[in-house]
Amino acid sequence: MILQWIVFILSALFAIFSALMMITRKNPIHSALFLIGNFLSVAVLYILLGRQFIAIAQVMIYAGAIMMLIIFTIMLISVEELKKVSLLKFGAGSVIGLVMTVLLFGFLASSVAVRTLPGLKGGFPLERIQELGPFKVIGGLLMTKYLLPFELASVVLLIGIIGAVILAKKER
Amino acid sequence: MEFVYFLIETAIKVIVVFAVVMLAVAYMTWVERKVLGHIQVRYGPNRVGPYGLLQPIADGIKAFFKEEVIPEKADKVVYVMAPAIPLVASLSIFSVIPFGETVRILGREVKLCIADVDIGLLFVFAMASLGEYGIVLGGWSSYNKYGLMGALRAAAQMVSYEIALGITVLGILMLSGTLNLSEIVRQQIEGHWFVLYQPFAFILFLICMFAEINRTPFDMPEAESELACGYNIEYSSMKFAMFFMAEYAHLLAASSLVTVLFLGGWDGPWLPPGLSWVWFVVKVGLLAFFAVWVRGTYPRLRYDQIMKLGWKILIPLALANVLFTGLFMVV
Repeated sequence: MILQWIVFILSALFAIFSALMMITRKNPIHSALFLIGNFLSVAVLYILLGRQFIAIAQVMIYAGAIMMLIIFTIMLISVEELKKVSLLKFGAGSVIGLVMTVLLFGFLASSVAVRTLPGLKGGFPLERIQELGPFKVIGGLLMTKYLLPFELASVVLLIGIIGAVILAKKER
Repeated sequence: MEFVYFLIETAIKVIVVFAVVMLAVAYMTWVERKVLGHIQVRYGPNRVGPYGLLQPIADGIKAFFKEEVIPEKADKVVYVMAPAIPLVASLSIFSVIPFGETVRILGREVKLCIADVDIGLLFVFAMASLGEYGIVLGGWSSYNKYGLMGALRAAAQMVSYEIALGITVLGILMLSGTLNLSEIVRQQIEGHWFVLYQPFAFILFLICMFAEINRTPFDMPEAESELACGYNIEYSSMKFAMFFMAEYAHLLAASSLVTVLFLGGWDGPWLPPGLSWVWFVVKVGLLAFFAVWVRGTYPRLRYDQIMKLGWKILIPLALANVLFTGLFMVV
């Protein structure tokens, strides 16, 4: 269809343009803004490919959350230094946190070990994906077949966050 | 041919929704000042037209004809671009909000929703997070320390409350099993409103909503007494007005989202399906009134209190809500 071609060419050109602008700007905020533009145009390309979920995840996580943190950091570096906050305090909060963690983990472990997993079974040919919609398929697969890698990935991310906190604390 | 009809239908829907939302935004400023006035035992605007009803129009004309001042050291392109971002983002939220039962017009089934997409709820959150850039960049680009402080506060606050907001909605998603907003409403019409199943999430969502749209008691980014208005300090004329229009449009969008998620959307007694949108408008209006009421009632929180509330209280409570929803669904 001619309309899709026009949208494709426009967004692809904008993606290339913003990528070039991003690596050539001197001002880091301008670079970050062009990177956001790049993410948005790539999201349009995903929609043209019929991948709504990956497109909206691109906008939400990359363009929305991560770039906001990057811009925040750029502005913060040149402005003020964070006050020292002691991050390791033990008290009622850690007890409640421990109880919640144990409960959540037990809930997860029991549902994996004891019950047969709810959710979708069987293979996923293209017709079935289109019938169910992408979210049910992605969510179902992540929670059944690929549960272990999914949980491992989240643990790796958690380790990354804790590592970043420790590194940032050591510098001061 | 079907495609042409679809284009015409969508164009008409976009124009109608845009016009209604902009009119509602204009009159939200009137409602806010009138209600705040009465809460504070004043009259509020009462000079232009009967009950001051023409005040928003007078304000608009004034904003258009005011002189445009751009600070010399400002980052010009970003400075000019910034006010448009939150306005566009909050208006585009309305494109996925369903506001009425499907009706038949000229023999065609017309959904009262511009784009009835499967990713509706995610789209709303994506647009809301994009809108934050306007405030952050506006404060940064105007080369003013108050502006920058306001922008930093806004960024930190909105990012932290977005997490709690997202986790709160998970309860609804677990119950409904869909991200399609019309489908969520339909399930509530067949069963009960989700506010009955998730009263806790409803309260959490309202609190996070006020923080997300920077309203009192969470309006730290524009605290007049310490930041002299914060991120919009250097803005004048229509650009200044655009920040406010964006704020009220976001308030209306958030109220619509609460209506859809918790209050059964267009569900209501007495009215025929063709007029079901009236209930939607009534619910959104009540929520918007509630926001003004809260503003007139509560003092502003201190900044560290806002962050503490967000990270140490609201996020754990939202997680607990998810946990108990899951437990109830399994047991």
